[in-house]
Amino acid sequence: MTEEIIKTVGPGVDQSGGGPRPVWSEPDAPTIGDWLVFTADLQVEVYSGKAEVGQNIRTSLAQAVAEELRIPIERVRLALGDTARTPFDIGTFGSRTTPVMADRLHKVAATARQVLLQKAATTWQVPIDEVIVANGTITHPATGRSTDYWQLAAGQKLGEHWGDNAPVTPADQWTVAGQSVPKFAGRDFVTGRHRYTPDLRLPDMLVGRVLRPPSFGAVRTGLETSAASALPGVQVVIDGDFVGVVAPNRGIAQLAIDALQVTWQEPATTPPTDLFAYFKTHPAEATGYHRFAQVAYDLGAVAVGRALADHTLDAAYTVAYIAHAPLEPHAAVAEWQGDTLTVWTGTQRPFGVQDDLAKAFGVPEVKVRVIVPDTGGAYGGKHTGEVAIEAARLARAAGKPVQVVWSREEEFTWSYFRPAGLIEVRSGVRTNGEIVSWEYDNYNSGPESMRPPYAIPNQKVAFHPAESPLRQGSYRALAATANTFGRETHVDELAVLVGNDPLDFRRKNLHDARLLSVFEAAAKQFGWGTTQRQPGRGVGIAGGTEKGSYVATCAEVAVDPGTGDVKLLRIVEAFEGGAIVNPDGLRNQIEGAIVQAIGGALFERIQFGDGRILTNRFSSYRVPRFADVPVIEVVLLDRKDLPSAGAGEAPIIGLAPAVGNAIFNATGVRRRSLPLCGG
Amino acid sequence: MPNEFTVVVNGVNRHISAQFDTPLLSVLRGDFQLTGAKIGCGEGECGACTVLVDGEVVRSCITPVGSVAGRTILTIEGIESDGRLHPLQQAFLDAQAFQCGYCTSGMILTALALLQKQPHPSDDSIIQWMQGNICRCGTYQRILTAIRDAANAPAGGAR
Repeated sequence: MTEEIIKTVGPGVDQSGGGPRPVWSEPDAPTIGDWLVFTADLQVEVYSGKAEVGQNIRTSLAQAVAEELRIPIERVRLALGDTARTPFDIGTFGSRTTPVMADRLHKVAATARQVLLQKAATTWQVPIDEVIVANGTITHPATGRSTDYWQLAAGQKLGEHWGDNAPVTPADQWTVAGQSVPKFAGRDFVTGRHRYTPDLRLPDMLVGRVLRPPSFGAVRTGLETSAASALPGVQVVIDGDFVGVVAPNRGIAQLAIDALQVTWQEPATTPPTDLFAYFKTHPAEATGYHRFAQVAYDLGAVAVGRALADHTLDAAYTVAYIAHAPLEPHAAVAEWQGDTLTVWTGTQRPFGVQDDLAKAFGVPEVKVRVIVPDTGGAYGGKHTGEVAIEAARLARAAGKPVQVVWSREEEFTWSYFRPAGLIEVRSGVRTNGEIVSWEYDNYNSGPESMRPPYAIPNQKVAFHPAESPLRQGSYRALAATANTFGRETHVDELAVLVGNDPLDFRRKNLHDARLLSVFEAAAKQFGWGTTQRQPGRGVGIAGGTEKGSYVATCAEVAVDPGTGDVKLLRIVEAFEGGAIVNPDGLRNQIEGAIVQAIGGALFERIQFGDGRILTNRFSSYRVPRFADVPVIEVVLLDRKDLPSAGAGEAPIIGLAPAVGNAIFNATGVRRRSLPLCGG
Repeated sequence: MPNEFTVVVNGVNRHISAQFDTPLLSVLRGDFQLTGAKIGCGEGECGACTVLVDGEVVRSCITPVGSVAGRTILTIEGIESDGRLHPLQQAFLDAQAFQCGYCTSGMILTALALLQKQPHPSDDSIIQWMQGNICRCGTYQRILTAIRDAANAPAGGAR
């Protein structure tokens, strides 16, 4: 069965190097053969360390290669997220797959095309510009000679170097890229055939469960294992603080965990009574990806701007901790053969998890292989390797392969959250609608998109990292959602203050043509300014830019005057991220981001206390469902003259402020906290 | 002591030896290697584990296998016929009504039960019926389209 699983990613070409790796860098594999191979079965196999988690890169990256090689996309297959087969990759995050990896594969494949056409021309002793390639066949029409890449490559990896000057196809000449190619192997997903990590089965594989403390920081003071060990096929594994069990199946594993007699000493913890005040009074060093971020911007002098203002406005905005809650929980299958470890796991950072595993078990990285089966959702929540380490620890003790699949409660408790945050804005505006002063402080949530896109002459913008009572980390679009909410809500308030239409107000202050164009496109489709006012209904607009993409969102809502409940009626979102790679795939991402955004905007909120996550199930943590979804209309702007940006993240940022502004428009009451409906 | 059960899974008689309260999902995935039904939440709240028992929607993660003894179970692996996709499967493909695909089996089976009861449901009926199934990627609008299209397909989605 191991063999069968490995086969699904094709024949192996071991390219895993040892040695230290940069903390923050992109792959530097220099040759064509590092990235793609013309295989004996007349396919092109492409190697990328990115992970497929539903964003559809297995399709979009294949489009890049098929485009440059002039071959049908069916002849391209990708080996993704496999540390033994793909060049090093920093991870699948930051909307980098399209701008970096697809760009790279365009260049690699274009170089391969050029190299092999030259080889044909040299063999035939004809000028290269007389050699053409179409549908994978290379011909010299004048003499009628023909060949193909596979004959020319003759089973060898191409050792030529690719480079930034590769003859890539301009987007306005694309025929495969730029098209709505359906999801690769979509049939496997509607038939249930695709094997996610929890679906993998190795010979003699056991199922593992981990003993969790009842609260964060609880210390184990006693453990009696005899009842658990007496269960059929159960082995209890104790390794320092770690306690787990392996069993023939998930049910017995759970019985074994329940049969462990454990005493705990729980630290007395009281959560901050005011979380947001806590962030202000508990500064911390930047950690994780924030270490790489610019955390302060200064322009002009805010005091001078404030003195010029006719109106000033000070307001604070907050966002709650929310959970990714991917439908596929964290899961891993680990198998040791001697001191060589193979782990299948749904992660966005296969090389990061390889590193985690190597450190945890004191083995060299080359002895650890991490393979990422196409995974059931991540949204920024699958960066870390805990479940892989758990499975590997249990497998080592058991001497057999072990699978660990977190329960939903584990997923909600032992993963990490989107940071909560406090945003304080002090601004000044003139009666003509010109914003002249902008002081902006973000506590804890993050610096992404905090710099205003408006042409404000005096700005003081800063991110203040803070201690967090809960474990926090990446989430789709990071803090761009919080910062776009804070900024676009505040801008709406300023527009109201000076009696401007919110769109007109933005036009006055916005000099960024790309952002303006999405505002105009969304407004046009929405019919901004043309709708009749109806009691209990309101409209709102918001927008921003993140990771090189531009987005504007219009919302229409109905607010129940009695309960304050909010119903979304219609969302229009315009998006521009350079040349569109896959229009339908892009629409799908934007629609999905809007729906996911509805949760954080209206009702998602992690509640905690006594060192416990209180909202640790879908029955206590509400996520968007069918009835929450309004009419969604997506407007795509295709800029073939601009490089393609990633689109998995930016489309999530505009919804919350657009909806909040619409609620104000409907009710005259400003809601400044996410979730807008209290959660 | 385990009990002996017989169930009909995708038209095949299957015998199992299991505790009465073993979740049906564990039996399907573990004993029968039918992994199309997914581990999602363990409390019947997300719909990823959905199968049909005598045509009714069942959350297999909270259904004791003993309670379905002698009954007929349909999983995602059993709805193709002669290698041809069921109209609902085809409609999901046509509408690209998925991203990561983890919810897809449960969505299709839940929708299948609806179309067997109501061959031409209104959008409101579909939304109400599907309310127990979570798609974290947020493809609900496309799933709605797929179910509507399957209902209107010449072959009919209720087959």
